[in-house]
Formats: sequence, C-alpha cells, structure tokens
Amino acid sequence: MTVDLSWYLWLAAVLFCIGVAGVLTRRNALIIFMSIELMLNAVNLTFVAFSRYLTNIDGQLFVFFVIAVAAAEVAVGLAIIVTIFRHKESVDIDKVNLMKW
Amino acid sequence: MELILFIITALVAVGSAFMVITQRSPIASVLFLVLTFFCLAVFYVMLGAQFIAAMQIIVYAGAIMVLFLFVLMLLNLRGTQSWEVGSPIRKWLGFAAAGGILLVAATAVKSVGMTGTELDPALGTVESIGRSLFNRFILPFEIVSVLLLGAIIGTVAMVKQKQSEPAEEKGGEEQ
Repeated sequence: MTVDLSWYLWLAAVLFCIGVAGVLTRRNALIIFMSIELMLNAVNLTFVAFSRYLTNIDGQLFVFFVIAVAAAEVAVGLAIIVTIFRHKESVDIDKVNLMKW
Repeated sequence: MELILFIITALVAVGSAFMVITQRSPIASVLFLVLTFFCLAVFYVMLGAQFIAAMQIIVYAGAIMVLFLFVLMLLNLRGTQSWEVGSPIRKWLGFAAAGGILLVAATAVKSVGMTGTELDPALGTVESIGRSLFNRFILPFEIVSVLLLGAIIGTVAMVKQKQSEPAEEKGGEEQ
C-alpha cells in the first residue's frame, strides 16, 4: 500500500477543520491568528499534493505566493493586534465591541 | 517506509495542531504550531517539493513564528485566558461548524480518483520553480513584491507612536 493522494487530502482537511475550530472557539486574538495560519498551511498541503500527483508545477507556485501573502498578512495583522492592545490592555476579542449595536 | 513515515508525521502534525487550539498559554500554542510547520515541511519533502519545504521552514517557522513570539513578548500577557469561550454553546457551535466543514471536505475527497503517478524528480526543484516564476508568473511575482512593500509601510505606520515634545505640551497646558 502506497501513500495516495486522498491520504494527503484527508490530512489537509483535518488540519483545516482544526484551524476552523480554533478560530471559532478561542477568545485570544493571537490564537485565532495562529489558527488562520494553520488553515493556510492546510491549503498549502493540498496544493503541493495535487502538484505532485498531477505532475504540474503550478500548485507549488501557488504555494509560493500563498506563503508570501501570508507573511505580509501576519505582519499587518500583528500590528493591528498590538495597536488594539495599546488601547485596551487586552487581546480578548469579546472586548473589542465598540461597533456592536 | 514512506508509509510509516507518513503515518507518524501525520499523527504528530494533527496532534500538535490540536494542541495549538487547546493550550491555555499562547507561548505553548506558538511552539506547537512550529512543530506542525516542521511536520508539514516533512510532507513537502515526501511530495518532492524541496523548494517549498525550505521556504516553509525559513519563512513560516523561521520568520512568521518568530514574529509571533516577539509580539507575545511585547504584549507580555499577564495571566492566561480560560479555554472556554463566554458560553459553552458558542464552543459547541464552533466544533459543530468545524465538523460540518469536515463533512463537506470528506465528500470532495471521496470523489478524487486514485492517481498513482511516479514522482517526477525534476518537479520541485528550484530551477523548475524559477523557470515558471520568471516566465509565466512574472507579473504576480512583481505584484507580491509591491504587496510586501505595502505591508511594511502599513505596519510601521500603524505601530509608530507619536513623539510628543515636552516643551510644547507644557505650553499648551498653561494656556
């Protein structure tokens, strides 16, 4: 029995769902951010698996761009979290409710 | 051999991903996420994507996670927040939503046929990625560089604190 494409897809789906559970369940903004990165990495695994099993380089190229965009997103997102922390002394997202009706 | 390696690494990856979302302290979550990224790099090497594996280690585990650690150090969160969200209903709804997404993904994965092709050794090399990157994808490549520049400028502009002059402040207060 060799490792097949569907094994990698299952693994990536499980990682993605763990990330979704982390985003929806936790209150700490940094943990939510890390769960988003987990989701992005699960998608990267899917892309690379398809790239290998379809012998097409485009999947790995897309992963290259996803990693670059994720790096930019992390920088800006952490800057936002630091700015919110400066105002509220807390990273609890339940307390960031200024625009709540 | 590859099967054993895949199963062990998959168990470690899923286990540490689960620990990422369940730990109380954010530092532990960051370290478990680094472990997950290393497992993913092992998978990329198994799939023949050497360049992506190196980029995963260097950029994700080496730069992004270090940035997370720096911010955690900077925020210096006193006391850890509790695991549960405000109401347990929200927690179970979150798990149910994740389970629903897993069901949707399962239907998609089941429809994938068996594709047992041989690993092309020239597929994941730096040369093959470079060829495509600088021929067909040159425009996204340049746009990504502009995006990174915009992210740097935005980040610095956001966290820069105003340097207030003490003399000017005093003069303003006296008036």
